[in-house]
Formats: sequence, C-alpha cells, structure tokens
Amino acid sequence: MTASVALSPELDTRFEIGGREFRSRLMVGTGKYASNAQMIAAIEASGAEVVTVAVRRVDLDRTKDEGILYHLDPQRFMLLANTAGCFTADDTIRYARLARAAGFNEWVKLEVIGDQQTLLPDAAATIEATRVLAAEGFKVMAYTNDDLISALRLEDAGAVCVMPLASPIGSGLGMLNEFAIRTIKHRLSVPVIVDAGVGTASDAAIVMEQGVDGVLMNTGIAAAQDPVRMATAMRLAVDAGRLAYLAGRMPRREIAVPSSPTTGMLDR
Amino acid sequence: MTTPLVHEPSTLALTVNGDPRSVAAGTSLSDFLASLKLDPRLVVVEHNRTILRDRDAYPSIALADGDILEIVHFVGGG
Repeated sequence: MTASVALSPELDTRFEIGGREFRSRLMVGTGKYASNAQMIAAIEASGAEVVTVAVRRVDLDRTKDEGILYHLDPQRFMLLANTAGCFTADDTIRYARLARAAGFNEWVKLEVIGDQQTLLPDAAATIEATRVLAAEGFKVMAYTNDDLISALRLEDAGAVCVMPLASPIGSGLGMLNEFAIRTIKHRLSVPVIVDAGVGTASDAAIVMEQGVDGVLMNTGIAAAQDPVRMATAMRLAVDAGRLAYLAGRMPRREIAVPSSPTTGMLDR
Repeated sequence: MTTPLVHEPSTLALTVNGDPRSVAAGTSLSDFLASLKLDPRLVVVEHNRTILRDRDAYPSIALADGDILEIVHFVGGG
C-alpha cells in the first residue's frame, strides 16, 4: 500500500476482528467511482486493507462488463462481500453463500435493508440471518442501526463485529447520535465499526473520537470531487480521531480559562 | 404397458440470470461458461438453487431442459 503511512504501533492498540489482526482502521467500498483506475488510486490513498464488494448477476450480453476482480487483487486486499440490496433474511443468506462460493473467505458484511427510501436496516432480519450464517462458519460483520439492543442481539447471534450507522447510507450527514454510538461501544465485547454516513474528513475523525474500533465508508470518498485527495484526508482523519480518543480530550468547560500567566503584566 | 416414448430434445431451454437461453443437448456447464467467455474462477454458479462450490466438477455437470442458472460475480459496492 504505497500511500499508507500507518500509525507507529506504540501509538495505537491492536485491532483485531474475529481472530484476524488488521492494520488499518479505515475500510472502504468500491462502488460509484467514475473509473476503475480512480477507484484503485483512491483505495491505495486510503491505506485500507479491507475493501467491500457486492454480488450481482454477470451481464451475459456485455462481455465488456468485467467483474471487479479484474481490477482488485485479492492477494493485496481483503475482499469483503456485502449483501447490499437484500430485503429479507433468506435473500441475504443466499447472497452470503454465493459470496463465499466465490472462494476468497468466510467473511461477509451483512446488510438487510428494511426500507427502500431510507435504506435503514431491518434489525430483526439481520439478527436472524446472522444466527444462521454464524452457525455455518461465516464471520459476520453486521450492519445495523445505532440502537444498543439490536447491537447486543447481533453480538449474541454470533456477529464477529457490529457495524452501526453514523447516518443513512450515502447521506453524508456524518455522526447523528454520538451518545448511541458510544453506548454501543461501551456495552459490546466484539469490535464496533461505524458504517455509513461519513461525508467528509471531520465526520471520520468524530466517529473515531467516540472510541469505536474502525469506520467503513464508500460514498464519502467516491462522490468527492477528487476521490484520491478525499481518501487521503479520510486516512489522516481516522488516525487523528483514533489518536485523539486514545489521548483523552480535555474536559469541556463553558467558561474561558486563560492559557497564559495572569501575573507579571506591565503597569499593574 | 409400453414404455412412454421419451423425446430427447436437441436443444435445451434454460433460464440464465432470468432470461431464456437455449443450448445444444449434451452441453456441460463448463461448455456453457466457455460459450459465454466466462472464466469459471471469476464467477459463481447457482444451478437450480444449489450453489456449485466445486469448479472442478463443472465439466461433468450436464445441463438439462428447464434448468435455472444464476451466474454472479463481484462488482463495486459499499
């Protein structure tokens, strides 16, 4: 990963999901790029090692419509298949099994959408699908609402990590409920990765400042005017937010406190 | 009772990714993928709702009239 300047290990803690160690806390999607070359350049600039992909029908009449594997080397990136577009637990399970059959790994980013307009997740169906797939040996990374109870149920169902949203998919609204995300992080034993809603670098920093383990984004980078610059900004922001969390911020005070000495002033 | 005359069709009517397709009788799954210029390593095939995980078995899978195939691959997504 050419552009990656990883944090020196003594500054951060180990980052592990489902028994596998990761070096980057930023995970990125591969959708909505203007070209494959731009996508690859942005992924490299992000320093991400986990890269999400979707499962879709091959377009049989257009041999030009190549799959993403012509562009992404599975030896270089950990390809994480999602179940985007699924609206029922059964469909989601079918897509997850198809993804596993593609032959890379047993990991899946599980998403079951409950509403076409908001794309908000169906927690009950996600829990059901997680239980089935975890029993089949899948390492389920479960996308969900910023709701503690759903997150707890997903952990019970066997998810290796829980992925609450910052705000709706593709909205770029940033973190809508810091309290909910912090609560989920405090109460879960499995890692918490915030997925969806990050619109710009400050959003990513705010996400990481909540103490979560990582962040996954796609549109925030792909829909920027300059995706490669934004990917770089996101990499720096994730590191900055993580470090700020570990450093421990000063207390908020609704009163000014001078930084310079109040004594030794002239003519007093 | 006479054995009912089974008419072996010379072409097989398939449903592939939701669309009708016909292939010559005796076509194997690997023949069919080759005719579509698809690299078996880069796609996943679901045959009558069963996901085929063993690509080495494709040459020995004979397609039958009425078979339903889904052929999927990875595309960009978030």
